[in-house]
Amino acid sequence: MPRRDDIESILIIGSGPIVIGQACEFDYSGTQACRVLRDEGYRVILANSNPATIMTDPEVADVTYVEPLDAAVLARIIERERPDAVLATLGGQTGLNLAMELAESGVLEAAGAELIGATASAIATAEDRQLFKQAMIEIGLDVPRSGVAHDIETAREVMQRVGLPVIVRPAYILGGRGAGIAETPEEFEEVASFGLDASPITEILIEESIVGWKEFELEVMRDHADNCVVVCAIENLDPMGVHTGDSITVAPTQTLSDPEYQQMRDAAFAVLRRVGVETGGSNVQFAVDPATGRQVVIEMNPRVSRSSALASKATGFPIAKIAARLAVGYTLDEIPNDITGVTPASFEPTLDYVVTKVPRWVFEKFQATRNTLGTSMQSVGEVMAIGRTFCESLQKALRSLEQGRFGLNADPAEAASDRLDDAQLLAAAAVPTPERIFQLEALLRRGATLEEVNAATGVDPWFLHQMLRISQERARLEAAGAETPGTVPDMERSRWLQAKRLGFSDAQLAYLWGAPATEVRAVREQAGVRPTYKTVDTCAAEFEAVTPYHYSSYEDSDEIRAAERPRVVICGSGPNRIGQGIEFDYCCVHAGQALRDAGYETVMINCNPETVSTDYDANDRLYFEPLTIEDVSNVIAAEDPVGVIVSLGGQTPLALSGELPAELVLGTSPASIDLAEDRQRWNALCARLGIPQPPGGTATGYREARQVAQGVGYPVLVRPSYVLGGRAMTIVYNDDELAAAIAELADSGSLGREGGPASQRPVLVDRFLEDAVEVDVDALRDCTGEVQIGAVMEHVESAGVHSGDSACTIPPTTLGADVVALICDHTRRIAAELEVVGLLNVQFAVTRGPSSAAAASRASAAASRASGEGEAEVFVIEANPRASRTVPFVAKATGAPLAMAAARLMVKATLAELRAEGLLPAQRSDPTADPGFVAVKEVVLPFNRFPDADAVLGPEMRSTGEVMAIDSTPGLAFVKAQLAAGTRLPAEGTVFMSMADRDKPIGLRAARIFHELGYRLAATAGTARCLRDGGVPVAVEVAKLGDEAPRGKPDAVQMIAAGEVHLVVNSPHGRGPRADGEHIRSAVGRAGLPLLTTGAAALAAADGLRDSRDHSPAVNSLQEYHARLKPAGAGSG
Amino acid sequence: MSASTPPAAALLVLRDGETFEGEAVGAPAGVSAGEVVFNTVMSGYTEVITDPSYAGQIITFTYPHIGNYGVSSDDFEAARPWCRGVIMRDLARLHSSWRAEGSLEDFLREHNVAAISGIDTRRLTRHIRDAGSMPGAFGVASRADLLAAARAEPGTSGVDLVGQVTTAEPYTCGHGPRRVVAYDLGIKSTILRCLGELATVTVVPAQTPASEALAGRPDGVFFSNGPGDPEMAVATVEAMKEMLGRVPVFGICLGYQLLALALGGSTFKMRFGHHGGNVPIRCNSTGRIEITSQNHNFAVAAGSVPGVAETHVCLNDDTLAGLELPDAEAFGVQYHPEAGPGPHDARHHFARFAEMMDRHRAAA
Repeated sequence: MPRRDDIESILIIGSGPIVIGQACEFDYSGTQACRVLRDEGYRVILANSNPATIMTDPEVADVTYVEPLDAAVLARIIERERPDAVLATLGGQTGLNLAMELAESGVLEAAGAELIGATASAIATAEDRQLFKQAMIEIGLDVPRSGVAHDIETAREVMQRVGLPVIVRPAYILGGRGAGIAETPEEFEEVASFGLDASPITEILIEESIVGWKEFELEVMRDHADNCVVVCAIENLDPMGVHTGDSITVAPTQTLSDPEYQQMRDAAFAVLRRVGVETGGSNVQFAVDPATGRQVVIEMNPRVSRSSALASKATGFPIAKIAARLAVGYTLDEIPNDITGVTPASFEPTLDYVVTKVPRWVFEKFQATRNTLGTSMQSVGEVMAIGRTFCESLQKALRSLEQGRFGLNADPAEAASDRLDDAQLLAAAAVPTPERIFQLEALLRRGATLEEVNAATGVDPWFLHQMLRISQERARLEAAGAETPGTVPDMERSRWLQAKRLGFSDAQLAYLWGAPATEVRAVREQAGVRPTYKTVDTCAAEFEAVTPYHYSSYEDSDEIRAAERPRVVICGSGPNRIGQGIEFDYCCVHAGQALRDAGYETVMINCNPETVSTDYDANDRLYFEPLTIEDVSNVIAAEDPVGVIVSLGGQTPLALSGELPAELVLGTSPASIDLAEDRQRWNALCARLGIPQPPGGTATGYREARQVAQGVGYPVLVRPSYVLGGRAMTIVYNDDELAAAIAELADSGSLGREGGPASQRPVLVDRFLEDAVEVDVDALRDCTGEVQIGAVMEHVESAGVHSGDSACTIPPTTLGADVVALICDHTRRIAAELEVVGLLNVQFAVTRGPSSAAAASRASAAASRASGEGEAEVFVIEANPRASRTVPFVAKATGAPLAMAAARLMVKATLAELRAEGLLPAQRSDPTADPGFVAVKEVVLPFNRFPDADAVLGPEMRSTGEVMAIDSTPGLAFVKAQLAAGTRLPAEGTVFMSMADRDKPIGLRAARIFHELGYRLAATAGTARCLRDGGVPVAVEVAKLGDEAPRGKPDAVQMIAAGEVHLVVNSPHGRGPRADGEHIRSAVGRAGLPLLTTGAAALAAADGLRDSRDHSPAVNSLQEYHARLKPAGAGSG
Repeated sequence: MSASTPPAAALLVLRDGETFEGEAVGAPAGVSAGEVVFNTVMSGYTEVITDPSYAGQIITFTYPHIGNYGVSSDDFEAARPWCRGVIMRDLARLHSSWRAEGSLEDFLREHNVAAISGIDTRRLTRHIRDAGSMPGAFGVASRADLLAAARAEPGTSGVDLVGQVTTAEPYTCGHGPRRVVAYDLGIKSTILRCLGELATVTVVPAQTPASEALAGRPDGVFFSNGPGDPEMAVATVEAMKEMLGRVPVFGICLGYQLLALALGGSTFKMRFGHHGGNVPIRCNSTGRIEITSQNHNFAVAAGSVPGVAETHVCLNDDTLAGLELPDAEAFGVQYHPEAGPGPHDARHHFARFAEMMDRHRAAA
């Protein structure tokens, strides 16, 4: 049946900010859906609050709402746009939940909009664990024994019936948050209570524990004619007990015989039919008892998921694209398979390679959090690798992680396992952690039997034996090198091939032989051993592939086709992690688009399966490869490009720039990149330009650091060089804190594992400018020397909060025009001095004069929190000649696609040419000029996943994602941004304030507004005194925790727990004793209250709440906002 | 579980001289020759290796890891393998499955099947895809000897392979209420299990005359899958011609090709055939898609069979995949509804056969 003609417009709901469990895979799926549906002639309306997505590019949908993903906001969008249909199965759990809300509240029915893809009843059946289980029993499928509870008493009864150990899962939760395993009654009490709290409908499922069983996942599709296919079957290396998002997974399945696999396939289709997924992709998870083969259904998602992104990349079958077509009426056989061009999509991909996915965690950023993996997902990203064998793909995946691992051990980091004795190591491996995979190999290398290791870990013997092959090969390689220590042994070609076919990297061989990796490479190449590139083609070579999607292996023949046009290699950003995520993928995708349009063949190298950049459509060629110097050099050798782009993918490719041939690095030269990173030379540059820096110096140990600190005065900011995302950055206020900070840097093995040369570089110690306003600038410079300022962004939080964790605004809202002009001038001169070609990001700190208690008038742009009564002073903090995290936000706020422009500039286009083409808008003469709206970027933090970590902002970046909100005033935009980030600020009630001294002046201004708006104020003693001194009445003075609470003085935690507080402002002070604040913040987290942790954020919120009294938030499309930016009379190009 | 001696270097040489390096595994053999074909299933190697339709052929598995879950006799499609050898990328030296009774390598040795591992099977597959299936030889012998063996190998056209694999004597199996005679042209156990649920099945040799087959007044006659060129099965085609119109007939794979020949149609040899478990078939009357298991090098020419309905088509290359003769109550499909290995999507054809037999009996 052809496409449906009874619908004309479709609303697609995106997934919002990147959070743990919901990342850029939904940008990949949503972008595909938007494009496909527009190609089909539908009017596509998109709602997504995440500016760092490709899908929110104004060209991707007809109408794009970068607005909060909130049911009320969506209802207004539906009212404005009157879509005929709503497609919610491509926006993750967020999209699905919103669709349910809109369906249940009658909004969809009232607007005559139909839910396509999955109906409300199908969603309910799949999402409600009880309904799902009943449905499974009804169709004769086996499920774990279980029961549902809505309160703790019933929960106990169910637990008695099912029998310990049990697993507890809250209903309606994405990524398994709040789930837990209980082996004892005490543990049960804890996980059951937590689960009941976590579920939005206070419902938990208590289930027979099948921990240790084998886990499988089938990605399936169905069309409205009931044709079903399995796209990919995935086997987890980690047995049941570890969330599938935190498991190492392998495709296809390795240890299922065909009868078992077919049984699972039949069951998956039965699930799909029973749940009632009419069209689209779903995933169904199974557990298998390794002793008996008993298969039970675990769960299903009636939508595309992270696994479907993985399955799409693993097989070449674009699930989201096809799901979108199925949703509008096509059947599978009517859709062609893009990769072969001749066969239909109604088939099942077959692989002739092995795919391994390994998650990436960031436990090092959340102190006090154990790195134990469980049923709640904690990883923030993942890598995928393709090899002809499991060994090859596993080792490639591990070196793709960029955590300093060269593969499955045989690297310096293996020392962590070496420190444990055999019994300790076995005990350690029995607990699932990020280290387990390495511990398994170490155990086998020491002679532990497969049986022992399998018994302790549940990892299937087949996988263990494959790891043993790697161990055995390592022993042979060590033996080969034993006679010639420090050099590369003379080996036959077949011996080299054997090692490379098992996935050994040159770096591993170099480690084993004590020789430099460059020498390993040279000798290997002399032996004629180079990788061959094979193709991911969905069909195991049965048909010719027209899509150049490649992976390396060490085989006989190569499948690379000759290029027709000059090639540019774009190095991607690798796995998502905190500090480097979707923003950089966005930049790489834009580079590809711009360079393709300019007549180049673009070649993408990346290893992150969630992304748009690893869509085979995004570039002319895709190499799914680790971003190590060995793997990137190999692709360069195979492709012979005119240049390589390393400055758009974050720190990952930038770190490679020094090792690549300098003449191939496009844009800013590696020498300039190094100049900006090298402290001494950078200082000299600033001095030469006469641009002030905060005083500081470098140190390699505590004594030197102390000398610097005493010279510049405390507080000082301590940070390692060459690190993105503020890894291990600290503000210290005295010698003791300094000593602790330096010790942490020295000890912190995780720093060395970040992959950069951080551990060999000195520590930077700078005077910390308290209360300074931080400012970010993104600018472009071309090869003629012209500079165009992209945007000047003013941070809401003061300096000291990592720029990636701070909210910021475009245009600046409190900086004077003279200050902005000075910042722009500094930026231009730095760009010139660094000879930037492409993007440059500069961070500044603007100090105010003597602080002013007078409330600034927002009406005047000149009135500013930074200028106050004194003269503002502008310091440059750092400059990075590369794409920054804010590039997509700037593009959405200003309409200028900076990354596209940068890519063009790197291949020698000029800004004037790009403006003439219409790629860039004409330069606005005054970056502070009022466009009539304010764009705010706000961040999303993952503290709900790490309940033991303190929910406070600091110089170490910890946010996973961001949202953007646009409105007519800074306050309105800020409040909207809070809503988009999941914090609904109360319209009335009690505001509890407890602030560090440095935040009190600004906090007083916020308090005054809260008071004027009729909020009650509660405060701790010091804050209360400050407020009263400033003339703001405090209704409740709260006792310090642990004090003998005087009569009538409740303690903060009690008040919060009792529901007497509606908004909490709690700003911590340095690293000092902060147990009080931690207890308060922890109570706030449990109560789910809005929490603001800086005075500046409190002031912005107060401003916004005041503005909200007169204005309802605007709901406008990005296209409407961009139209306002166009100079009058300009064409629409 | 693992070989005590390191495997010997071995070569695979195709008739056109294309040469591949690997190592000898499975049963020791200097030279193994046959027609080289590739199969794209990712699971089900035991079923494929024991499928008699591979008589005369060397099977290349495109999926690199073979032998992971060992071998279970429940998966045997025949009492012994009939293929001439197995080519793979990586033979598992340790298997893991609660179903396993032994390793694949031991199984190959036990049944004297030689194999070669470590081959760039993707290069081989691409070569066959472009140049077509062709004879080849592998083993520890010299390249010259292997090339000579490959050139001496006749291939499968014009060779009576069915005669080698068919049962010598009739036998009975199954427990269903109907009575079916099944012509064993290389019949798979899974087919017998499917038929056995419908009927008591008398399995007869390929050469059995119609009169003998119909002597017991069966409710239907089944023609099985089997190896090689359908035009070589002259006697079976003659038997079928006599039966059509008298008794319901169902043919699978080779059996279906013989049905086409019996009705005056023609068959041809494909470039490299269909061997896999992921092939989309559309039923022309319902539009429904079934993902099927396939294993054939010959196909029925579309439009060549007079008086029949062309019921199914293979969507990958539009080859004809199903025929029905409404008046004579006969039908056949090119693919394997029984699966083994592969999806179960097309199992309904067995029920269709049962309905046909019941209708016929009711009418009689």
